Amino acid sequence: MAYGDYVIQRDLNFTVNRGDIFVIMGSSGCGKSTLLKQMIGLNRPAKGSVLYDGEDFWAATPEAQVGRQRSFGVLFQAGALWSSLTLAENIALPLREFTGLPAELIAEIVSLKLSLVGLAGFEAFYPSEISGGMKKRAGLARAMALDPQILFFDEPSAGLDPISSRRLDELIVELRDSLGATIVLVTHELASIFAIANNSVFLDADTKTMIATGDPKALAQGEVEKVRNFLQRGGA
Amino acid sequence: MTARDAADEWREWLVIDGQADEPCVQLTGRWSLRGVVPRYVAVAPRLSHARKVRLSATELAAWDSSAVNFLAALIRDCRARQIDVDQSELPDGLRRLLTLAFAVPPPAERRGPPQATGLLASLGQHAMNVWRDLPAMVEFAGEIALSLGRFCVGRARYRREELAWLIEEVGPRALPVVSLISFLVGTILAYMGAVQLALFGAEIYIADLVGIGVVREVAALMTGIILAGRTGAAYAAQLGTMQVNEEIDAFRVLGVSPIDYLVLPRMLALLLMVPLLTLYAGIVGILAGMMIAVGVFNVGMYEYYNETLTALELKHFAVGAIKGTVYGGLVAFAGCLRGMQCGRSAQAVGEATTSAVVLGILLITISASVLTIVFHKLGI
Repeated sequence: MAYGDYVIQRDLNFTVNRGDIFVIMGSSGCGKSTLLKQMIGLNRPAKGSVLYDGEDFWAATPEAQVGRQRSFGVLFQAGALWSSLTLAENIALPLREFTGLPAELIAEIVSLKLSLVGLAGFEAFYPSEISGGMKKRAGLARAMALDPQILFFDEPSAGLDPISSRRLDELIVELRDSLGATIVLVTHELASIFAIANNSVFLDADTKTMIATGDPKALAQGEVEKVRNFLQRGGA
Repeated sequence: MTARDAADEWREWLVIDGQADEPCVQLTGRWSLRGVVPRYVAVAPRLSHARKVRLSATELAAWDSSAVNFLAALIRDCRARQIDVDQSELPDGLRRLLTLAFAVPPPAERRGPPQATGLLASLGQHAMNVWRDLPAMVEFAGEIALSLGRFCVGRARYRREELAWLIEEVGPRALPVVSLISFLVGTILAYMGAVQLALFGAEIYIADLVGIGVVREVAALMTGIILAGRTGAAYAAQLGTMQVNEEIDAFRVLGVSPIDYLVLPRMLALLLMVPLLTLYAGIVGILAGMMIAVGVFNVGMYEYYNETLTALELKHFAVGAIKGTVYGGLVAFAGCLRGMQCGRSAQAVGEATTSAVVLGILLITISASVLTIVFHKLGI
């Protein structure tokens, strides 16, 4: 994984299981977001492959890639809501593009998604009119629009207060349990990591490779010192 | 179609049985957003006599949001009519999602979807906006004047390297497009004039026409319009994006005037470069005219040169340069004003950019007529 000649991470090898809440962690600038972009098909890895159900994403035809991406839901760091559309239109767009549902049913589903993230009644608001935390939740509602099998989150709790952050964590777990979705998160919020994750990979900026993978609760007591330090906040 | 028919039509997904006052709604089959799914309103009449509804999904093969949506609509309707809904037989995931959907009640005051305004109303709205815009423009002009004052006494804070970069961006980098446009405009002028003048055998006066026309009016006007599209738009987009990222607020909190730091260098860069660009455009226009006169209408090169020298006086260049400077100042004004007024979204940046170009060209045209009349009255 590299930008031009500049290698960011090499020799990554890990598995995300169905139904996992999987965390990509590591210090700032170690390539977490880049790894996420390669998993969701935005950036092609310099080498290697990303397998979904045993199929190599990057070796597939463009049509197959788009088909695969349709089973993804992605929540970008700042929500990435389309600013010229209302929240309802933001969530309706994927439904309108990729399903043949009638407009009234789409409107109902949009309201349902908004109420799932606690934003019932905000259909007609523009992204610029709501707070950062609400934008995140609205972004989540859009990511869930097509009932994805895999939900990707880039720093979901960045910029949120501890309570909103915890609510979002609870929502993530709730969605995994009720929809049976797989969740992949990039985060370095220790509280979130311990509260919700059951699997993880740790990227190291110095050696430019992964140095641990597994349940973060086990890694916190594990053998790799760097990971232990990270998970115990450099203390202990 | 009766309610019973509607329900039968959805038999693949839905079975309603039991007594009329205590029906049991069973979801069956595959519920998917990608396929056809029943809506609650289609079967609602079947529950009109119900006093208690039991939900069941024991034979549900697959479900997604479509099923949640259906059940949420059913439960909402039943709650409104104070009917008991028994959810205990639903799968765990479905029940939890339904709980989540009703966890936060919608606010009492709901906003409707954005209303389209009528032609007359939006015309009035625009007129009001223009009216409200005027004081803002005057205020902005005042702030710039104050900032210019600070600059003149050496107390304005700005980065010299940024000014140099802006000057390069506005001046030398605009030369190719200015050359091309002035060359073509000179050609057009020469042709238009020559066709008429040739009727009298007076082709030599192409030199007067092109020389005075280009230097006094056309060079400044074309340069102004090019800069409105090239530089005014860039200013609006730069400042607008900075507004979106709260960069301008960051200047304000530091106690650094964004007018001094961002607007002033941009104004200065244009004001310094535009007279030069205008003179340059004038010379290119004259050369183009000469090429046409000599090449197409058989005027001697030396005669043309001589005639141009006799026709052109220093005051023509001065008029051109003054007009150019005014246009440049207005373009910078429009660009910076719209950039600083920009809202905080991608769409707002687009609107600011468009508006900067439109306002720039509008101001150029207004000032062009005013200046032409003024110079005429003054006899320059």
